[in-house]
Amino acid sequence: MSRIKAILVMVAAMFVAAPWIINAAPYESTMGLVQKIFYFHMPSAFLFLISAIVSGVYSAMFLFGKKPPSDWKALAAAELALVFGTITLVTGPLWARKAWGLWWVWDARLTSSLLLWMIFAAYLLLRRYGGPGSDKLGAGMALFGMANVPFIYVSVNYWRTLHPQTSVVPTLPVSMGGPLWFCFAALLLFFLTMMSLRVRLERQRAALERYYLSEDNP
Amino acid sequence: MRLCRALVCALVLALPAVAIAQPPAQQPPPAQGEFVPLSQVPPNEQIPAFTLVAVAYGFVWVVLIGYVWTVSQRLQKVERELSNLDRRGA
Repeated sequence: MSRIKAILVMVAAMFVAAPWIINAAPYESTMGLVQKIFYFHMPSAFLFLISAIVSGVYSAMFLFGKKPPSDWKALAAAELALVFGTITLVTGPLWARKAWGLWWVWDARLTSSLLLWMIFAAYLLLRRYGGPGSDKLGAGMALFGMANVPFIYVSVNYWRTLHPQTSVVPTLPVSMGGPLWFCFAALLLFFLTMMSLRVRLERQRAALERYYLSEDNP
Repeated sequence: MRLCRALVCALVLALPAVAIAQPPAQQPPPAQGEFVPLSQVPPNEQIPAFTLVAVAYGFVWVVLIGYVWTVSQRLQKVERELSNLDRRGA
């Protein structure tokens, strides 16, 4: 537990340092200051998709292997998908308002991202209020969510959109790529730490449930 | 009588063409959801970039700290309950 706390403190330190590192990056010529949102928006979006894939993979493992730890990991990743999805869907419009003059457009990238967020919101509601059997139903939903990920990723390359294409990040100069990958590392560390904490919570809940069941059926 | 019927028929048949030829009463509303150059956005609708960046960064902080707080609260509650049960069982 103390190791997790130490990592969380490190993540917090990285977040405190991030504005200075981002500020040192050069301004994008057409958008200016508002483009700095990109340094949090893009890593969050990337982790949103990674979380959806992790949840989908563990859900598939749970459906075929029937082992509870796979379900705990799928649930933990689904919650993180909702967290990173929320950040992506809020920071994106804040940037778009200045860059495009609009908060939102119903193009393929934005709409499919919102759809993925809604799938995981529905997944968590199902797990919370669905009762017995919701773990298997939820696993099916997470698989649908994961199937949406490649579509979201390539949508900007195939459909007409205001959103930048996937070719932008690999062509960034080091002065912009450095701060971007620093923010990505901070968020990735946060993702891994919270996955570990969230799985621990599910393990403890399962232990508690076993305890109560053994009391009811001695 | 035949001439009158032919005139009515011609008038009925010509009506759609006349309707099509009419110019629209007013300009259609501007298309929604399309790119608007920043220079064309009215000044009262422009938001300073610093405000947007600060709100975005603040929002990220609030969401991440809030999530850590909720997970730690849930974990503490379950672990407290488990230790109470252990103590009761022992």
